[in-house]
Order: sequence, then C-alpha cells, then structure tokens
Amino acid sequence: MKRYTLLAALAVVFVAPLLWALGTSLKSQSEATRMPPTLFPTEPVTRAYGTIFEGTTQTPVLRWFANSLIAATLHMLLVLAVSSLAAYALARLEFRGKRLMFAVIVGTLLVPGFVFLIPQFLIIDQLGWLDSLTALIVPGAAGAFGVFFLRQFFLGLPRELDEAALVEGANHWQIFTRITLPLSKPALATLAVLSFLANWNDFIWPIFVIFSPEYFTLPPGLSILQGAYTIDYPVIMAGAVLASVPVLILFALTQRYVIEGISRSGLKG
Amino acid sequence: MVSLTLKGAASRPATAVPRSGRATPYLFLAPYLLLFVVFVLAPAIFGIWISLHDWDYLLEARPFVGLDNYTALLDPASAVYADFWMSMRATGIFTLFSVPFLVVLPLGLALLLHRPFRGRTFFRGLFFAPYVLGVAVVSLMWRLLLDPNLGLVDWLLGTDIGWTTSLPWAWVALVGVTVWWTIGFNGVIYLAGMQDIPRDLYDAAKVDGAGKWAEFRHVTLPGLRPVALFVVTTTILASANMFGQSYLLTQGAPGGETRTAIYYILDQGLSQYKMGSAAAMSYVLTLALILVSVINFRLFRRRS
Repeated sequence: MKRYTLLAALAVVFVAPLLWALGTSLKSQSEATRMPPTLFPTEPVTRAYGTIFEGTTQTPVLRWFANSLIAATLHMLLVLAVSSLAAYALARLEFRGKRLMFAVIVGTLLVPGFVFLIPQFLIIDQLGWLDSLTALIVPGAAGAFGVFFLRQFFLGLPRELDEAALVEGANHWQIFTRITLPLSKPALATLAVLSFLANWNDFIWPIFVIFSPEYFTLPPGLSILQGAYTIDYPVIMAGAVLASVPVLILFALTQRYVIEGISRSGLKG
Repeated sequence: MVSLTLKGAASRPATAVPRSGRATPYLFLAPYLLLFVVFVLAPAIFGIWISLHDWDYLLEARPFVGLDNYTALLDPASAVYADFWMSMRATGIFTLFSVPFLVVLPLGLALLLHRPFRGRTFFRGLFFAPYVLGVAVVSLMWRLLLDPNLGLVDWLLGTDIGWTTSLPWAWVALVGVTVWWTIGFNGVIYLAGMQDIPRDLYDAAKVDGAGKWAEFRHVTLPGLRPVALFVVTTTILASANMFGQSYLLTQGAPGGETRTAIYYILDQGLSQYKMGSAAAMSYVLTLALILVSVINFRLFRRRS
C-alpha cells in the first residue's frame, strides 16, 4: 500500500503539468489569467484551437504540423534504409578496413553534436538546402546510433539461415531483404520510433537553418507562437498540445519498443 | 552486381562464413557512408579550418588568422572573453547541480519499479512520458507554470518568486524542469541494469540474512556500476549540451547569467555569423568535456 501511495503522489507530479497545459488550452483568455488559477476550465471553449487552426502568415500552425509530420516520417524512413544497409555490411560481410570503419563511426557517438553545427550549416548552405525541409530530413540520418544499434541486433541473429540461403544460391541482397530484415522487426520498430521522436522534437537545428514561417516545424514554431501571442496562454498551450498529442499517442502504442530500445542503448553503449 | 555475388556465393557452397563479391559490402555501405562523410566527417575537419579564420558568413573576405580565435578566448581584453567565460560558467553551474539529481533520483525511481507489481508498466510509461515531449513543449509549458504573476507553482507554494528572472531561482527552475523532463530516461536505463543483476546474488544475500539496505548496498549498487558509469557520462554530456531550456525558459535572464555555452556559441556563430570565433569556442568546450570525461572514468575505475 505504501508503494502505491508513493507512486500515486509521483504520478501527480508527472501528469498534473500535462493536464494543466491541456486545461489551459481549453480556457477563455480571461479564465487563463484569473487568480486563483483553475486546473480545469470551468467553461471549456475551443477558441484557442480555432485560432491556431486558422493560422496567420506568420503563424501557419497547421502547416507546421504538416511539416513536422513530413520531415519526421521521411527522416525515419531514410534512417531505417541507410542504417540497416550499413549495419548489414558491418555485421555480416567481410571487407578491408571494416574494424577501422566501425570504430570511426561509433567514435562519433562520443563527440558532442554541437561541434558539427556551424560547419554543417555552411555545408547545407553550399548544397542550397538552407530554409527547406531537406535540411531537417537528411543531415540527421548521418548519425551513428542507428548503424550501431542495428549492427548489434544483426550480430545476435543466427547465421544458420543466412548460410542455408547462400547454399541455395541466394545473394546478400536477397538474404538482407528476405531473412535479416523480417527477423529484425522489433529492432527496426524501435529505431523507427526513436528517430521519429528525435526529429519531431528537434529544436536547436531548425531554429538556425529555417527562416521562413512556412517551412518551420512545430518546436521552433511554438517559440514563434509564444512571441506572437505573448499573454494569450490558451493559444500557446493549444500549440503545445498539438505538438504533444502525436508523440504521446505514438509512445502509448509503442512503449515497449521505445523503452527496450533505450535500455539496450544504455547497456551496450 | 547481383549476378556477380550470386555466382561468387554459389561457387563456395561450403564456406562457414558467407563470402561475397568484392563490391557488395561497399554497395551496402555506400548510402550511409555518403551521408556520414558529408555531414559528420567533413564538418569535423572543416570546423577546425573555420576556427583558424576570421570567418564571417556575411563577408566575402575570410582571412586566415591562425590561432587568434583561440587566444582571444584567453585574453581578458578581447571582446568575447567576458561573455564566453560567463557562458562556460553557466554551463558549469547547470551541470554541477543537475547531474547529481539526474544520477540519484532516477535510481530511486528504478528501485520503486524494479519488482513486479500490478500497474508497473503503466507507471513506468507515465514517468517516462515527459521525455517523449520536446524541449520546446516542456519549456513553454513550465514557463507558464512558473510565471511570477499567474503561475500555478507560486500560487501552490504561496510564494511570489520570479522563477525565470532572478537568481538563484532561475537555476532551480532550469534544474527542476530538466529533472522532471529526463528523469524517466535515466530511470529506464537503471531498470534495465537491475534486471541484468543475477537473481542468485539476491538469494545468497537473503541466506546471509541481509536486510533491504544491505542488499541494496552490497548487491544492487555494485551490480549497477557499469550502468552508473554510462548514466553519469551521458548525463554530464547532456547537461553540458543544455540549450533549449535556457533559450526558452529563462532566455538567459537575469543579465545573461543563465545563458549556457552552447547558447552563446550558437548565437555568435549562427545568429551573428561570427563563425570562426564560434567554432574555436566549440572546440574549447569540447576540450573541457573531454577533461571532465577522463576524470569521471578515472574516478569510477579507482573505486572498482
């Protein structure tokens, strides 16, 4: 019983701020600034959502939502494709320089990301990708985590099936697509969710490489929203809710994959 | 390529390790390596090159200046000295105060969730949930909760504290919000580590008549050593990388006191476009982080 009391108290600390944000988004502006504050709206109104769905040229919130969805989805697919191919080569194929290559790739996991930001900005500029969704989709897929994570998983798969397939005359592309990938669904799902979340939530990169409101994603958009609606708290919180609901639903559906993936990265990292 | 590898493989039916055509591994690697070279390796080298120039994004001329960008950081008379070291100090303060909480509190959380009980998965998910939200959502939400005039926190506590505008409260707010946001992440890593401690060690401790505390002290803690090293290392790195909370929650207030090193570096490099100087700063910060990591590893090794 003592355990449940403690857990319930903690649960309040973790959930109350989220409920408060949801509640505020449904308040009228006068209620949101009333003292004493109310946790839930006494008369719920959807005005704030009407305002953000309508949007303005400076705050096209639905456009940001679409941009976030497009960028995170394409980024996730790109990560899955390039990481699984590279991980297969590193786990299953023999070639010169393999150890060195793996060491260099994994070594970059230890280098803090900010070191790359300024030169990356200049490279993106040279490629003509500044102020476009491409800048949010592609560069992040060069991260080493996906390759490392999938390689570890592939190494754990039994080799017998590959060998049998080779004997039957299959090539590595066929083994990769018909044996390795189908056996790796849990790991691929984990990587998919983690890369989607990371891209969806990214703030530091988009605020520097995107300049036009129509190419913003939700996280940098929220800070614009805050600037535009300074004390219209319901509108700001409605934006926050819009940015949270998809990832909270995704997390609720894939909790096992996310938590296992993170646990594994901790133990083998 | 497909037919080549097919023949190559078929002609060696009995080899234990699958062999392949020479090009095959490189074809599998090519897409990733292309991205890796362009967006990781090239920037790593290009960054050093930039730091040796007076590199202003908006100017055509980018004269080579040798180590000037680095020496300026050590020269109290230079334009960047005071602000840079104030931002390094801010990062240091944040790291010093956030890391202990983020190492100890998640351990408590993991202990609470370690043994199976009804609703365990539910609570684990609940405590982890804030982590799936981005820094923008979290900071914006807490900015309103901590608002000195209308915030719920001041009202609940019956206080009138400027959480985001005065010291030391701005630090309390930044550390507190970060703990709330990321405690579940470290907690999950500890949990996985506890799951890996062999059950018979606990059974043996019971046979020896060990109480709960002795069991924790002599079985759980030593078993978690490698995981704890990972948690400490990644938490130091993450804290030293802090940017969003300071940018959105306190906006560096008061007077730049809570403007972290990353905040200052990116502001110099990507807002003011003084990229040479900013690149040099990022290497100095990296050097500081390497030093901290080495000390951290040494300490862990000595205790084992």
